[in-house]
Amino acid sequence: MGHVQPELNLSPKVSDEVRKTTCYMCACRCGINVHMKDGKVAYIEGNRDHPVNRGVLCAKGSAGIMQHNAPSRLRAPLKRVGPRGSGEFEEISWDEALQIATDWLKPIRDTAPEQLAFFTGRDQSQSFTSFWAQNFGTPNYAAHGGFCSVNMAAAGIYTMGGAFWEFGQPDWDHTKLFMLFGVAEDHDSNPIKMGLGKIKARGAKVIGVNPIRTGYNAIADDWVGITPGTDGLFILSLVHELMKAGKIDLDYLARYTNAPVLVNGDTKSPEHGLFLKDDNGKPLVMDRVTGKLTPFDQPGVKPDLAASYRHAGITHKTVMHLMAERYLDPQYAPEAVADTCGVSAKKIKRIAAEIARVAFDEAIEIDQPWTDFRGEKHDKMVGRPVSFHSMRGISAHSNGFQTCRALHVLQILLGAVETPGGFRFKPPYPKPATAHPKPHCKVTPGKPLDGPHLGFVHGPDDLCLKEDGTPARIDKAFTWENPMSAHGLMHMVISNAYAGDPYKIDTLFMYMANMSWNSTMNTSGVMKMLTDKDENGDYVIPRIIYSDAYSSEMVAYADLILPDTTYLERHDCISLLDRPICEADAAADAIRWPVVEPDRDVRGFQSVLCELGAKLDLPGFVNEDGSQKYADYADYITNHQRRPGVGPLAGWRMGEDGLTGGRGDVNEAQIDSYIANGGFWMAHVPKEGLYYKPWNKAYQDWAVEIGLYDAAAPYIFQLYVEPLRKFQLAAEGHGDRQPPDHLRERIKETLDPLPIWYAPFEDSRVDTDEFAIHALTQRPMAMYHSWGTQNAWLRQIHGRNPLYLPTKLWEKHGFNTGDWARVTSAHGDITVPVAHMAALNENTVWTWNAIGKRKGAWALDKDAPEATKGFLLNHLIHELLPPKGDGLRWANSDPITGQAAWFDLRVKIEKVAAPDEAQPAMPPIKSPVGQGPDELRWEVKE
Amino acid sequence: MTQLPEKTERKMGLVIDLDTCVGCHACVVSCKGWNTENYGAPLSDQKPYGADPSGTFLNRVHSYEVQPESGPAQLIHFPKSCLHCEDAPCVTVCPTGASYKRTEDGIVLVNEKDCIGCGLCAWACPYGARELDKAEGVMKKCTLCVDRIYNENLPEVDRVPACVRTCPSNARHFGDLGDPDSAVSQLVAERSGMDLMPEQGTKPVNKYLPPRPKDRLNEEIDILAPLLAPVVEEPKGFLGWLDKTLEKL
Amino acid sequence: MHPAPSIIAFSTFSGLGLGLLFWLGIDPTAPTGWVAFAFFAIAYALAVGGLISSTFHLGRPERAIKAFTQWQTSWLSREAWCAVAALVTMGIYAFLLVFFDTQVSILGWIGAAFALATVYTTSMIYAQLKTVPRWNTALTSALFIALSLAGGALLSGRVTYGLILLLVAGGLQAIWWKTGDTRFKQSGTDLKTATGLGRIGEVRAFEPPHTGTNYLLNEMVYTVGRKHAQKLRMISLVLMLVLPVILLLLPFPHIFGLLAVLSHIAGVLVSRWLFFAEAEHVVGLYYGMR
Repeated sequence: MGHVQPELNLSPKVSDEVRKTTCYMCACRCGINVHMKDGKVAYIEGNRDHPVNRGVLCAKGSAGIMQHNAPSRLRAPLKRVGPRGSGEFEEISWDEALQIATDWLKPIRDTAPEQLAFFTGRDQSQSFTSFWAQNFGTPNYAAHGGFCSVNMAAAGIYTMGGAFWEFGQPDWDHTKLFMLFGVAEDHDSNPIKMGLGKIKARGAKVIGVNPIRTGYNAIADDWVGITPGTDGLFILSLVHELMKAGKIDLDYLARYTNAPVLVNGDTKSPEHGLFLKDDNGKPLVMDRVTGKLTPFDQPGVKPDLAASYRHAGITHKTVMHLMAERYLDPQYAPEAVADTCGVSAKKIKRIAAEIARVAFDEAIEIDQPWTDFRGEKHDKMVGRPVSFHSMRGISAHSNGFQTCRALHVLQILLGAVETPGGFRFKPPYPKPATAHPKPHCKVTPGKPLDGPHLGFVHGPDDLCLKEDGTPARIDKAFTWENPMSAHGLMHMVISNAYAGDPYKIDTLFMYMANMSWNSTMNTSGVMKMLTDKDENGDYVIPRIIYSDAYSSEMVAYADLILPDTTYLERHDCISLLDRPICEADAAADAIRWPVVEPDRDVRGFQSVLCELGAKLDLPGFVNEDGSQKYADYADYITNHQRRPGVGPLAGWRMGEDGLTGGRGDVNEAQIDSYIANGGFWMAHVPKEGLYYKPWNKAYQDWAVEIGLYDAAAPYIFQLYVEPLRKFQLAAEGHGDRQPPDHLRERIKETLDPLPIWYAPFEDSRVDTDEFAIHALTQRPMAMYHSWGTQNAWLRQIHGRNPLYLPTKLWEKHGFNTGDWARVTSAHGDITVPVAHMAALNENTVWTWNAIGKRKGAWALDKDAPEATKGFLLNHLIHELLPPKGDGLRWANSDPITGQAAWFDLRVKIEKVAAPDEAQPAMPPIKSPVGQGPDELRWEVKE
Repeated sequence: MTQLPEKTERKMGLVIDLDTCVGCHACVVSCKGWNTENYGAPLSDQKPYGADPSGTFLNRVHSYEVQPESGPAQLIHFPKSCLHCEDAPCVTVCPTGASYKRTEDGIVLVNEKDCIGCGLCAWACPYGARELDKAEGVMKKCTLCVDRIYNENLPEVDRVPACVRTCPSNARHFGDLGDPDSAVSQLVAERSGMDLMPEQGTKPVNKYLPPRPKDRLNEEIDILAPLLAPVVEEPKGFLGWLDKTLEKL
Repeated sequence: MHPAPSIIAFSTFSGLGLGLLFWLGIDPTAPTGWVAFAFFAIAYALAVGGLISSTFHLGRPERAIKAFTQWQTSWLSREAWCAVAALVTMGIYAFLLVFFDTQVSILGWIGAAFALATVYTTSMIYAQLKTVPRWNTALTSALFIALSLAGGALLSGRVTYGLILLLVAGGLQAIWWKTGDTRFKQSGTDLKTATGLGRIGEVRAFEPPHTGTNYLLNEMVYTVGRKHAQKLRMISLVLMLVLPVILLLLPFPHIFGLLAVLSHIAGVLVSRWLFFAEAEHVVGLYYGMR
């Protein structure tokens, strides 16, 4: 009998039209092709031309269609009618909503602008929202960097003018050894996966350093199951081994870093530890040829790493000298750190040897001449093909800044930054701390702030303090508690506002920040702070305005809700002024545009700010005649200019001879050009500028040409970060601006200008014998914070989360499949389901983050597994350290940047009988959008 | 027809690299998105916002822990979909002829118009590759995106299964495993590609590339490089060495 | 495997009905008239009722007719043909017996053969599955046929045959259980071969692909009640074999005969529940279960 097969249509029509925009299912900003059928979104795939994702797309991105159609979407502006936290609202018109907001905000602006705290969470329009806040005049603005990865970013920028992710990337095409520290799946996700794929295809090697062997660490050729919070010590031990063996790139260090810069060595001098500088303020090096002090950037100089210089009774030694003294010390020997790190001395030595072998024995050369900033011509580009990456994992500790510094310094010692096979910056980086603005905080009622809120301090003079020395900002950013808090401290805003420390505020205005749930430490405590009333029966935090597209847990805690659109219904710009999407080979920016119009009474938040700004008469948002300047966000994107010729988007600007990229005048059709080009613009770095960017003349000239800088700004890497030393000097009693006494010792200890390691703060505040276990979270690759849960497809993959226990603890407590445990920290306890995992550090437990949900949120059934079996570790983590009896509130943050120290958490566990549901169980909140349908048969029919 | 073809002209299939898959579920969702919109009935979800959500997926990513005799445990992400077996037991058990294996390319498909939803094919499949759609009452399975791979409405570069196109780490490869010269066959030869449950006699077309040996730095035998030899022990000595070395630069 | 009531009912009752038809078919002195009518009515009620019940298991029962097309390869299709052949042949045979007092023995023999063949094809639907090692044995067919014949003998009032066949079926059942307990292991399929990762070391399922459930888990990884399996086996044997044998050996065969039949049916129902509930599909390995 023959085979009679049915006739198949092998070429069915795929869609009517493809609209190309930018994903917003997480922070990666990949390009997507949105297939439209009958005017509806039918299928989403990656955009092959897009610089970020080259056609691939992650689970979240592909599930965007379920986000766009989620039943949890808010439908209209809401005014709270029940008590805060109840979820009882009434729908109101936009006119009414904007009038309420204006009535609340206008008096504040006219009298005390700092009474508004405006924090924007997972905002991708920070250059716009900060511009709005600056024009409002409040110093209290930041996004979520402070509780995310500011340690990595700030350490990188102070050290070398950029860090990982949006600042730079490994040279995936050339690297031969890639070393990954900590959980990294949550940022830059597709590019890293693509990079790992390239490495694996070549059979190159990956080493994973992470207490947990999941995700990227699961495919690592070698796994280092390190003890949490000890990465810095491990890295410095590698530095010890490499320096001891002379396996560092001396030529690179002499040319491109401050290793040869001379440092004042007189302990009595008020300039002790500061650089020897010439009259122009240029750090000096000793020239090996002339034997004379010479500015570091003088053409022809051959800096001497081993120099010392004695003048006026003061001995100056090079940074290299100080590093040798510090890191050759046996305290960093593998044998000395092995126990603390939970990694054998032999393994540390092996890894150091492997790094050295690849860096120096397998060095690569690219035949590409280039010219450096001193005018010296090089006939090739030499690379040390070892690369590193890390994000949240090593950042979210109270020693995170110094640990991140250590990692950046390790790369630099190897000569593996901006060289082939190593780490490469993405334009507009490299950009050193000195090229960034300083923070501004001068408030004048009725007037804009005196400058941008966030920036980089270079010494005590740059701190945001009031005349009386108290913090100028509600989050206490840029104060002695955390001087280099470059991203602000969003996690402290509610706690500080509630405590009235440093002062009370009137209105809390937030965007995309789930502060009453997963985006905060001490979740239950924050809910109380948001709902607590004073003796007059008024809320302690009087007014809360919140904007979100979805029925998140935070909605219930606001008084006024401004409903945002989904990412497929809005304009956005991924700007070079902000957090761009460039690749190492190219500068790029991108847009979002409404591929469909909203079917609800919602508006893009940025467009709402344009209108609200005009209603409040904010300069920058009104024309001279007082009329509204920007009709909406698209209008702003097109017409706003930050500097002459430089606007939010760099592509298709109006040049003298027609359209141009980079600098140019406003082009009314700019957004159309972006749409026609697939939603993004890209300008390639010239070939001779592809590596050595901070010192490469061709790159610097190109960067000026396209408007990244206004003048070439070559610089050297700061192995030794002088601003840190300036804070130490103040703590030692030098200078006018002095820290409060209770912080002196901590500043002296932790703000070391060379990377150090100290134990996480929580270790010194709790009994580590009782709380012997480290507890961590990781974000699953298929979810992005709390959003994923409203997604019908993604929540089937991660609908609940067990606490994973290593074999040692699993057996010690006699756990079996299906058991539950009570997990207790110094701050609180939770009761949760457990599961066994062998590929895990033996003293560490962990879970997926942000799976647990509040009943009633996200349009889910109140018995959703996310609410009954899912849980948050956040309940165990306080924004403050346990009190030490001095009456002071000590933040559970890095002492340098204020980064939330999520991963310092220590716990103990015990087996308990399974409760009905995970504890603590919160009462349900009333859903403002009802509940989703019982069945989905998703198909867009034509 | 439920008789298997004696041979197929080509053996189109997937090669899945277990050394590269990071377990991100991109393939799972991309598959769901394409296939709910295309071949046959949509892939339904039951109680999608409820207490016990479930739904039809044609591709799922498992994960396994493997404990070698020595060294730390390993974790392996393991995507699994229809393997388009040469001796596909799911085809021959089908009472209606709905299940069939295409003679052109060996793709195993369900003709949903003929499917009575008896579930026997899913029973016969050792791999869990078939799921009965609750809403439609018919059997769903991986089609190897038969409506993509020849689709003239797609650019040529996109004529691959949705899971392959989307895989960020390039752990999924698509091609003719019947052609020993194809890229996928070469990959299978180089990396010792393996069958799942070979003892079931299904002769899967899809192959899995095993993880490369791991944790070699733990091994006693020094296979890589000798440990680093110190040039000096003391900072002073280091500076002396530095001076000498710099002379040579 | 999920013990779907529709499938348990189908295989039990159609087995009994077809067994009864078999005995009626080969009876050299088959009943006629109203007696025949009563016997055939019972047989058809059981067989047809069982078959109808099986369609409740289908996702698209309205297309059930298509199941006749693939007799060359599919045991399910063959079952459909055999069942129709048996029912049609026996229908004519019965029609002649009931209304014309005429026994066309050849029809009876053919019908009986088809009835047995139907039971055999039913058994082969399960026995053919390498994926369910417990079922994947010729003993499965032997057991199904023995139970069908024993049940049919009881229903048709054949005490001696009934006793013998009950003992045979009971013995087969015991052997089937005993050998079934080790057959998964003997199949050579385990998590190591399922994943190919056995060459590295011991394999353990870590996270399932989805935290929620799915069709495969509901249908093929049914684990509820397995811990009571030994108890249920004893209950099944007592009801299926021991009680009927005792009842048949007692006087007053009509009353006790009826009780014996009911007891036997209850025993077979329990056995069939276990047949599914205890059956482990190899796909469970992928989920760290069996």
